[in-house]
Amino acid sequence: MREKQSFGNFLLNNAMIIFMIGAAIVVGLLRPTFFSMYNFKNLISNTAVRFIIAVGVSGCLITKGTDLSAGRTVGLAACIAATFMQAADYTSKVYPNLGELPMLMVLLGVIFVSVLVGLLNGLVIALLNVPPFIATLGMQTIVYGACLVFTGAQPIGGLRKDYTNLSSGSIFNIQMLPYLGLFALIIGVIMWFVYNKTPHGKYMYAIGGNENSAEVSGINTVKTKLMIYMTAGLMYGIAGFLLGAKSGGASVNMGMGYELEAIAGCTIGGVSTNGGVGRISGILIGVLVFELLKIAMQFMGVETSYTYIVQGIVIIIAVALDIRKYVAKR
Amino acid sequence: MLEYVLEMKGVCKYFPGVKALDMAEMHLRPGTVHALMGENGAGKSTLMKCLFGVYKMDEGEIIYNGEQVKIENPFDALQKGIAMVHQELQPIPERSIAENIYCGRYPETKILGLIRTVNHKKMYEQTGALLKSLGLNFDPKAKLGSLSVSQMQLVEIAKAVSANAKIVIMDEPTSSLTRNEVDTLFSIIHRLKESGCSIIYISHKMEEILQISDEVTIMRDGKYIGTWTSKELTTDLIITRMVGRELTNLYPKRENVPGDVILQVEDFTSIHPKSFRDVNFDLRKGEILGVSGLVGAQRTELMEGIFGLRASERGTITYLGKKLRITRPKAAIENGIALLTEDRRGSGIFGVLSVADNVSIASLQQYLNFHIMLNDKKIAQLVKDNVKKLSIKTPSIKTQIMSLSGGNQQKVIISRWLANDPDVLIMDEPTRGIDVGAKYEIYCIIAELAKQGKSIIMISSEMPELIGMADRIMVMCDGRVTGFVDGEQMNQETIMELATRFAS
Repeated sequence: MREKQSFGNFLLNNAMIIFMIGAAIVVGLLRPTFFSMYNFKNLISNTAVRFIIAVGVSGCLITKGTDLSAGRTVGLAACIAATFMQAADYTSKVYPNLGELPMLMVLLGVIFVSVLVGLLNGLVIALLNVPPFIATLGMQTIVYGACLVFTGAQPIGGLRKDYTNLSSGSIFNIQMLPYLGLFALIIGVIMWFVYNKTPHGKYMYAIGGNENSAEVSGINTVKTKLMIYMTAGLMYGIAGFLLGAKSGGASVNMGMGYELEAIAGCTIGGVSTNGGVGRISGILIGVLVFELLKIAMQFMGVETSYTYIVQGIVIIIAVALDIRKYVAKR
Repeated sequence: MLEYVLEMKGVCKYFPGVKALDMAEMHLRPGTVHALMGENGAGKSTLMKCLFGVYKMDEGEIIYNGEQVKIENPFDALQKGIAMVHQELQPIPERSIAENIYCGRYPETKILGLIRTVNHKKMYEQTGALLKSLGLNFDPKAKLGSLSVSQMQLVEIAKAVSANAKIVIMDEPTSSLTRNEVDTLFSIIHRLKESGCSIIYISHKMEEILQISDEVTIMRDGKYIGTWTSKELTTDLIITRMVGRELTNLYPKRENVPGDVILQVEDFTSIHPKSFRDVNFDLRKGEILGVSGLVGAQRTELMEGIFGLRASERGTITYLGKKLRITRPKAAIENGIALLTEDRRGSGIFGVLSVADNVSIASLQQYLNFHIMLNDKKIAQLVKDNVKKLSIKTPSIKTQIMSLSGGNQQKVIISRWLANDPDVLIMDEPTRGIDVGAKYEIYCIIAELAKQGKSIIMISSEMPELIGMADRIMVMCDGRVTGFVDGEQMNQETIMELATRFAS
């Protein structure tokens, strides 16, 4: 049985989504090219990568944690991927004597590194009981440093065609169906399954709902949290790999601030920072709407510097509205 | 002098889906102790939170000192001379007693007449004098966290007194106090009364109510039932008016037959020197073992130790002839032991999750397809069976558990454990904060489980409940087992004597 909602409450609970879709429609009316095929593909590709990152962060948020190392881990993943996916004939290769590696092998290598970062996050949080905010903030800097060391602060270009094609290509060459969208969809379905149909998913919601009760109920909270932060790392690895292909190159600045976008997308999509609540479908909507807003601002010719300000405000408002739901219930 | 210092009339308060208060009333005479009674969910706390400005009432009026007033928030209430001692304490354990008492209204001095600073000297002096006048022997500079929960409760009451309140609301103030502390509290109440202060007293303990109060207001389902002087009331009369029906049996008939010993605890000792130590007891199949003791007797700690939530230094647990090593609850559960914790909200329910998730969470491994996928159908069936079997009142199995009443929440957690089919069920204060009607249902469940051959360990602070339910009672004092009573010996005097064996 669903609680009856008054219309006003419905508006407030979905205020961010309604506002942003409204804004997009207005922009579309003012700038008709907004509804073009090219722009649509752009939206899907942008959303796809950020959705994968947001899904990774969502597990942390649902268990009342967070992951501020997300963006930097994505960046590191992209740099590693790009380094090993440079074309053989590219003149300034990082490893000139390295032949062409199988793409799957590089992907697995990237995933190994990012899952390792997630594991370290998990160990510090679950075993040492360091607050997730601090633990992952520290990790953010560590990963950035590691990335600087690894790349020597040099940008990496000259990527292989088959790699960049992951991003530029589309199914049956239909513009509307870029590969990136497909990857995101597959990941979304798998993670939906994990969240809703496996004990691990239920344990995750339980820990977020009440960690003490979870412990008493025999849930291995340490193991569950480790799994969650490792899964998050897995997502960042995949996202970073795709991001490298999408950007046609990589540098240490890649992925900066993505964790906040991901957290914003989750919160707009109904993942509660209070823990225990959140759905994959909601995250998709949240990220999509957030991207829509960003593209709308681009179309209106808003300078990038200003879009940061707007993004920050959106994040704060989204969390404020979320908290409001729980305060009102007292 | 006015007949009433405070009147609340026609108070209505709506929460999503519920009418929590429906034309509630309250008439408080100056200088009296006025008990507010009703089952859980009757709206007592809600009414008091409206008075204290925590909630805004949707309808109704408050007449205070003969004038109609609006109370916007707790600060406003305090300014007007209304103080409240909360059911759930909200202390700041890392700060001193004095700082807790004067929190938000520190005595100040101004440096150069400009910069406001806290006058610590004055604050400590005033606190010292206050505590002394109330017969409390605490150091004002001590960290609040160094006190026991019951001592903190007394500090909380001192805080209300220090606000020079005209009305003090006490919401279940004795729920964690020992007998001696209750006496201290009562003497504080008498002192307050003499100074012309009125007290609104919420409690479930009938004897206390009849002892301390002048008048009693009874509420049921958010409605005002009536106000009587305590002299014309008896425990039975109060219960009848609270539930709105006659309660014939307080406890169900028990048909369990204790069999062989299945669990032996020997020499069980905590890693903390002041917690449980040298504990020896055994538990029979199909037995209800009561555990009695005062607050601080370490009963909860002992049971949590057995369950693997707390560490033990030495001792053995032998279960069906097998020595167990339990360091985490998971191990206890896998061996067929279950623990219903004392703090339902803190370590029992998953508030934001559904009734279904709350029932199934500890037994999900039994409902897997292909070792990974949950069988939703089977789980729904399990939940529905339990909802029916324990008559859990919920609109749907998908309802969030926090919207259910305390009694129904407790039943949900009991079904969570039953889904695992444990042999030993440890229940820590299973009826705390549950209304009279639902208590009886919980007793029936316990009696039925014992009849089925499950062994029950039941901790309770309500002695009549233990005497009514248990086959045998283990009494603890200061972390040690001081004795076992059964049969004829099961009376309050014997138990009390054992429970205060080492009391200073």
